[in-house]
Amino acid sequence: MWGRLRAIIVKEIWAILRDPRARLILVVPPLIQLFVLGFASTLEVKNIDVGVYNRDDGAWSREFVQRLAGSPNIRRIVRIDHPAALREAIDDQRVIAAVVLDQRFSADVAARRPAVIQAIFDGRRSNAAQIVSGYLERIAGELGAEIAPQAARPRSQSAVVHWFNPNLDYLWFTMPALVVIISTLAGLGVTALSVARERELGTFDQLMVSPLRVQEILVGKMVPPILVGLFNGSLYLLLIPTVFGVPLTGSIPLFYLALFFYLLALVGIGMFVSSLAKTQQQAFLGAFLVTVPATLLSGYATPVDNMPAWLQVLAEANPPKHFLIVSEGVFLKAMPAAEVAANTWPLAVIALGTLTASALLFRARME
Amino acid sequence: MAGPVAIAHAVTKRFAPGGPAALDGVSIEIEPGRMTGLVGPDGAGKTTLIRLLTGLLDPDAGTVEVMGKAAAEADRAVIGYMPQRFGLYEDLSVIENLSLYADLRGLDAGERDARFRRLLDFTDLERFRTRLAGKLSGGMKQKLGLACAMVKAPALLVLDEPGVGVDPVSRRELWAMVRELAGEGIGVLWSTAYLDEAEKCDTVFLLSEGRLLHAGPPADLTGQVEGRVFRMATGAEGRRLLLARALNRDDVTDGTIQGASLRLVMKPGIAPPAPDALGAPASSQVAPAVPRFEDAFVDILGGGPPGTSALAAAYRAVPERQEPAILAERLTKRFGDFTAADDISFAIPRGQIFGLLGPNGAGKSTTFKMLCGLLTPTSGNGRVAGHDLRTARADARQSLGYMAQKFSLYGDLSVRQNLNFFSGVYGLTGRAQRQAIERVVEVFRLGDYLPVNSGSMPLGFKQRLALACAVMHQPPVLFLDEPTSGVDPIVRREFWTHINGLVEKGVTVLVTTHFMDEAEYCDRIALIYRAQQIAIGTPDALKAQAATEAGLHDLTLEDAFIALIEASDRKREAA
Repeated sequence: MWGRLRAIIVKEIWAILRDPRARLILVVPPLIQLFVLGFASTLEVKNIDVGVYNRDDGAWSREFVQRLAGSPNIRRIVRIDHPAALREAIDDQRVIAAVVLDQRFSADVAARRPAVIQAIFDGRRSNAAQIVSGYLERIAGELGAEIAPQAARPRSQSAVVHWFNPNLDYLWFTMPALVVIISTLAGLGVTALSVARERELGTFDQLMVSPLRVQEILVGKMVPPILVGLFNGSLYLLLIPTVFGVPLTGSIPLFYLALFFYLLALVGIGMFVSSLAKTQQQAFLGAFLVTVPATLLSGYATPVDNMPAWLQVLAEANPPKHFLIVSEGVFLKAMPAAEVAANTWPLAVIALGTLTASALLFRARME
Repeated sequence: MAGPVAIAHAVTKRFAPGGPAALDGVSIEIEPGRMTGLVGPDGAGKTTLIRLLTGLLDPDAGTVEVMGKAAAEADRAVIGYMPQRFGLYEDLSVIENLSLYADLRGLDAGERDARFRRLLDFTDLERFRTRLAGKLSGGMKQKLGLACAMVKAPALLVLDEPGVGVDPVSRRELWAMVRELAGEGIGVLWSTAYLDEAEKCDTVFLLSEGRLLHAGPPADLTGQVEGRVFRMATGAEGRRLLLARALNRDDVTDGTIQGASLRLVMKPGIAPPAPDALGAPASSQVAPAVPRFEDAFVDILGGGPPGTSALAAAYRAVPERQEPAILAERLTKRFGDFTAADDISFAIPRGQIFGLLGPNGAGKSTTFKMLCGLLTPTSGNGRVAGHDLRTARADARQSLGYMAQKFSLYGDLSVRQNLNFFSGVYGLTGRAQRQAIERVVEVFRLGDYLPVNSGSMPLGFKQRLALACAVMHQPPVLFLDEPTSGVDPIVRREFWTHINGLVEKGVTVLVTTHFMDEAEYCDRIALIYRAQQIAIGTPDALKAQAATEAGLHDLTLEDAFIALIEASDRKREAA
C-alpha cells in the first residue's frame, strides 16, 4: 500500500510541477493578487476634490474653508460660484461632494445662533461619499467645539481607542483577510482540476484498472494542493509583516495548524467539484462558482453578524469564515491556543464532511 | 481528361532548421476522378504533406499547386479537408454542424436545403439530423465529417486517416461514398494506415521517413512480391512458435498468422521452407497465396521484425491453472432502458488470445470494460485470473495489464515518470522496480526518450510505452483495447511478436480490434452486434460459418464479419 501511495503522490506532484509555466502559475498570480488587492481594496478615501459654494464670505466661512483645505484627505478645493456650476461639478464627477455656506453663516456664528452648512454628495459613489461625509462632519464639529467650548447643549466627550489596530490602518485589516481569500482561490483551483484532467485526457480509465484504491487516489490528489497552499501561506506569512508592516503577534505553529485544516476543508470541496465535472473547463467554472459565495459569506467584505439568520447558518459551513477569524486573530491580537482551537475544530468537521462526500461522489461516478 | 487538381513538386519541409526533413523532395499529383492513396509508417510525413496541400503550411523548397495556384493562395472553397480528428463541434447537432460549415464556406442560402438533403441522404444521417455530433458513433462522426468537407462541392477532397477507429462496416460505407464522389470528377487524396484501403486506390504514394518510395497503381508494388507469398496450413497447435521460427529465418521477409495457417513472404527467388524445417507437422500443406499490398509494403520497408520477443524471453512463466483465466458469465449491462450488453458468456483458457469484434457501439467495449472492472455488470458476473470481479476487484486488478485504445498515459510526464508511476501502483518497489523498468526500457528501446514528455513521442513509441506500462508487473492476463489503432504495419508486427511470445509463456489476452488481420492472431473470436454475442469460434470456424450462411466460399475474415452481421440483421427482421 505504501508503495502505491508513494507512486501516486509522486505522480501528482510531478503533474503540477513538471511544466515550468504551471509552476509559475501556482505562485506568481497569488503574489500579484496579494499586492494588487492589498493596495486596491483600500477602505480610506484620499485625494478627493471638494467643491465649495461660499455665499457668505465672512470670517467664519473662510475659516471653515481653510480647515477643509487643510485636511490631509482633501486634495483640492474647487471654488463654485453658481448653483448650476455646483450641479455640473458633481455631474461631471469633478468633485465627490460640495459644501454650500449660505449668506448668514458668519453672522449666525457670531450671534451664537445655530449655523447651517449644506453638503451635497455624489450618491453614485455611495461608499466613498459616506466616508467623506464623516470627514466633513468631523471638521465642522471641531470648528464648532472651538467656537463654543461651553455650548448651550452639553456634548458628551468621547475618546475613541481602537484596540488591535490603533491607527485604523486598513492594511492591518485587509492583509490577514487576503491570506484567506487568495489561498481559497488557489487551493480550490488546483484540486478542482485534478480529477477532471484525468477524465478529459483519458487517463482516468487507466487509473481505475490499476490496483489503486479510491482512498489512495484521493489522498494522492490531496497532497499537491495542500503543499501549494502551505507554500503560499508561508510566503504570505513572510511578506505581510515585512513588506506591508502588519504585525504578526500570534503563534506561527497555531497558524499552520489552522491553515492545514482549512486547506483540507477546501480540498474536499475542490475534489467534490472535480468529481462532478467531465472536463477541466467545467471544473474551473465549478470552482469559480464556489469561490464567489464562499468569499462573500466569509465575513471579509461584510460582517457575518449582519446577515439574515439563515445565511449565518450557511456561513458556519463555509471554511473561509472560520479561518478568517484565526488569521486576523493570529496576526493582530496574539490569539491564544484555546481560541484558535475553537475556530479550528469547525474546519476539521467541514473537512471530514467534504472529503467524505467527495469520496462517495468519486466512487459513484467511477463508471 | 483535365490536368491534375493538385500537384506537389519536389517539396521539402523541415520543422527545425538543420533538423531531419519531414518531407524530402516529394512529388505527387492528384488526378480528378481518381482515388489517390497516401500511405506510410508513422512519422513518414503524410500529415505534413496534407497540411502543405491544404495551404496550412508553406514548403521550404519545391512548389505546391492546387487548381493551378500556389496552395497557400488557392481558393479555399475548392479544397474539402477532413482532418484526422473530427473537425466537428460536438455540442452542435448534425444539421447545425452542416449549417456552420455552409456559413464558413459561403454556401448560398438558396442552395442549402437541396445540398443538405443530398448530403444527409448520401451519408444516411437524415434520421440523426438533430442528434448532437458528440453522441454519434465513430463511423457516423466520420460520415458527418465527410459531409461537412463536401458542403460546397470541392475539386479536391483530402481525408487524413478517415478509417482510424472505425469498424469495417462503416469503413466500407465511407469508402463507397468517397469512391462515388471521385466518380463525379473530384480528386481524392485518402491517407491511411489500413493497407487494404490503399490496395483499392487507383494510385498510391508510399512515403517513408519523408521520402517517396513508390508512386503508381498499387498493383505495381504488389507485383514485386508476386510468387513470393505462401500459405502454410500448420493447424492451430503451436502456430505462434512456428511463426517465431519462420520470422527468425534469413530467407523469410515477413510472416503473419492467419487463423490456423501461416502466411509467409519469402526473399526473391527462394522457395518456402519445408514444414518440418520449422517443426510443423510434415503433412502441412504449403500453397502459393495471392500477394497483398501489405506484403509488398513490408517488403519495400525492409521486411518485418524478427520473431523472438525479448520481452517474452524475460517474462515469468505463468503457472498452469485448472480454471479459465477469464470467465464471462451471462454478463449484462443496462444504462437506463438501453441494454449495452446482453447475456454475454465465454471462457478463455490460460495462454490464449481471445478477440472481441463488432461494429462501433455494438457493445464490445462495454463487455471489455465489465471484465476489466471499469463497469459493474447489471447482472451476471466475471472472473479474472480466478478473482471474482464483484468480491475481489482489487485482486483482479492487480493481476491484469491494461492497454487502451487511445494513448492513455500521462503525456505531460516524462517516459521515466510514467514508468515509475505505473510500476509503483502495481506494487513494485526498490530493486524489483528498477529491474522491471530497466528491462522494458531495453526491450522497447526507450532509453533515448526517458527524459522526454511521453505525449511528444512518435505514435509507435507511445504504443510501445503503453505496452511497457501494462506488463512491468508481469500480469497473467492482458486487456488490449484496440491496441494498434492507427499504427503502421511494421510496429504492429513488432507488437504482435511480443504478444505471441507472452502467450507462449502462459499469458492470456483479451483484445478488441477493428483490424481483421489482427483478429487473425486470435485463438477464438466473439462477434458482438447489437449488444448480443452473435457468433463465437476460431477465425477459420467463423469464416466457414459465414461461408455457409452466405453461400460463398474462400472468405476473408472481414467478409465473414460483414456476412455474419448481415445474417443477424436478416434474422432479426424475419422475427
